[in-house]
Amino acid sequence: MTCLPVSTGKKLGLAIDLDTCVGCQACVTACKGWNDQGYGVPLSDQNPYGSDPSGVFLNRVHSYAVQPVDTAAQTINFPRSCLHCEDAPCVTVCPTGASYKRSEDGIVLVNEDACIGCGLCSWACPYGAREMDQAAGVMKKCTLCVDRIYNENLAQEDREPACVRGCPTGARHFGDFADPDSKVSRLSAERGGYALMPDLGTKPVNRYLPPRKKDARHEASVLAPLLDIRASGFAGWLDRVLGKI
Amino acid sequence: MHPAPSVILFSVLSGAGFGLLFFLGIGFVHLYGLTAFLWWGLGYSLALIGLLASTFHLGNPQRALLAFSQWRTSWLSREAWASVAALVLLAPMALSDWLGLGLPQPFGWLGGMLALVTVFCTAMIYAQIKAVPRWHHWLTPVMFLTFALAGGAVLAGQNFAPVLLALLLVVLLAIWQVGDGQFARRAQTLGTATGLDRIGTVTVFEQAHTAGNYLLREMMFVVGRKHAQKLRGLALVLACLLPAVLLAISGACWAYAAAALCHLAGALAARWLFFAEAEHVVGLYYGKR
Repeated sequence: MTCLPVSTGKKLGLAIDLDTCVGCQACVTACKGWNDQGYGVPLSDQNPYGSDPSGVFLNRVHSYAVQPVDTAAQTINFPRSCLHCEDAPCVTVCPTGASYKRSEDGIVLVNEDACIGCGLCSWACPYGAREMDQAAGVMKKCTLCVDRIYNENLAQEDREPACVRGCPTGARHFGDFADPDSKVSRLSAERGGYALMPDLGTKPVNRYLPPRKKDARHEASVLAPLLDIRASGFAGWLDRVLGKI
Repeated sequence: MHPAPSVILFSVLSGAGFGLLFFLGIGFVHLYGLTAFLWWGLGYSLALIGLLASTFHLGNPQRALLAFSQWRTSWLSREAWASVAALVLLAPMALSDWLGLGLPQPFGWLGGMLALVTVFCTAMIYAQIKAVPRWHHWLTPVMFLTFALAGGAVLAGQNFAPVLLALLLVVLLAIWQVGDGQFARRAQTLGTATGLDRIGTVTVFEQAHTAGNYLLREMMFVVGRKHAQKLRGLALVLACLLPAVLLAISGACWAYAAAALCHLAGALAARWLFFAEAEHVVGLYYGKR
């Protein structure tokens, strides 16, 4: 049913650290690799080796240049995937009940056997988290690796989303935001984690940890005394005379 | 937003069809015999062709019946119910008009109203989407309903059609005027969408991917906005002005047919713009709109 659960026991989601992310795209490939052979139909590509390749990805990493008023410009890498919103507009618009939010852990999923591929959920999502699979004609989205996190066939350390497991810099954290003592909740509280476009009323679960404040550029470099050389003796006399001419 | 031909055809044809069925159902237009058969048939055909066209853009149309299941939350599901209910409930009235069974008119009232409810549901599918600021406005259902009523009146060849066409002209001008400022009023920028405006001015340094994807194709349709002003003029002339003039100068059969075709062509242009001009906030992440 596309009615949203009144409340969910857990609020599973990601805390994404924009300070640590280096934009290596490992999470993108880890996600594509796992979800290509796990939950639901594979993430198909169209014309992958041709001149105009296109394909489904559940996670995309953007790169932005940010110019603060008083310091040097920064490059900030920005992973974008499903935020598993508490008030998910993609769920309520679905006419078939294929799109749903789990009451036990808050994960937003698509039942592909019921999806007619109308695309309305992807329109309703402000974050571009959903992409239509052109081969199967069904909507694909981040499952928070629901087939990993509860999978008892995997070693304990592998029971987290592929993007989190694959991140070489530890920029992605997975956990329960409903538990104030969880790692992600504490990280978010300490670092001032924020939700994307909160004024659209979607109440995203995922949090972005803003880049830490960079050191201000010192006006005087440590090399400054060496640059300001005062000539003395003959060279000094020459400098003064030449300066007067 | 990508203007999918199937959706444009669907919403224009079924809108006009349901508008015609509304006038026939509530008895504004009273016909009998072969004329009744032809006009009711026209209304039913347009509505059904439209509904059929709407399944063309589905990835898995064989599961379309599932779309009836989520009427509690989904306007698309409500539209499915309203359309079927209207078509079923109007059938006795249509048969009665055609075969002269003498069914009292109130039998058609409920079906007639449901025809308009269907159009309202269609409009709400778009109006509910906050991520597309241009659509997320009460003028969207007003525009869809005015189009249905004006189209229905033109198709029914009614002498009050020019009044509704004039109203449509006002509504179109209003929705374009309001719509042009809607995205700005939402005050979403690349900075607010990423939350990075707390650090400084944000620009796209490098795109997330070098090739196209579903999002770019579906939600960042920029080609259509180039000739928006010309198309708006064309839509006003074809959908509103010409049909009104044609219906005013002659009551002949050819004038009626020309007015109807003209109106539908204008409606198609306006509906194409409705999609092509609509900007989705996801475009912000790509530095596009």
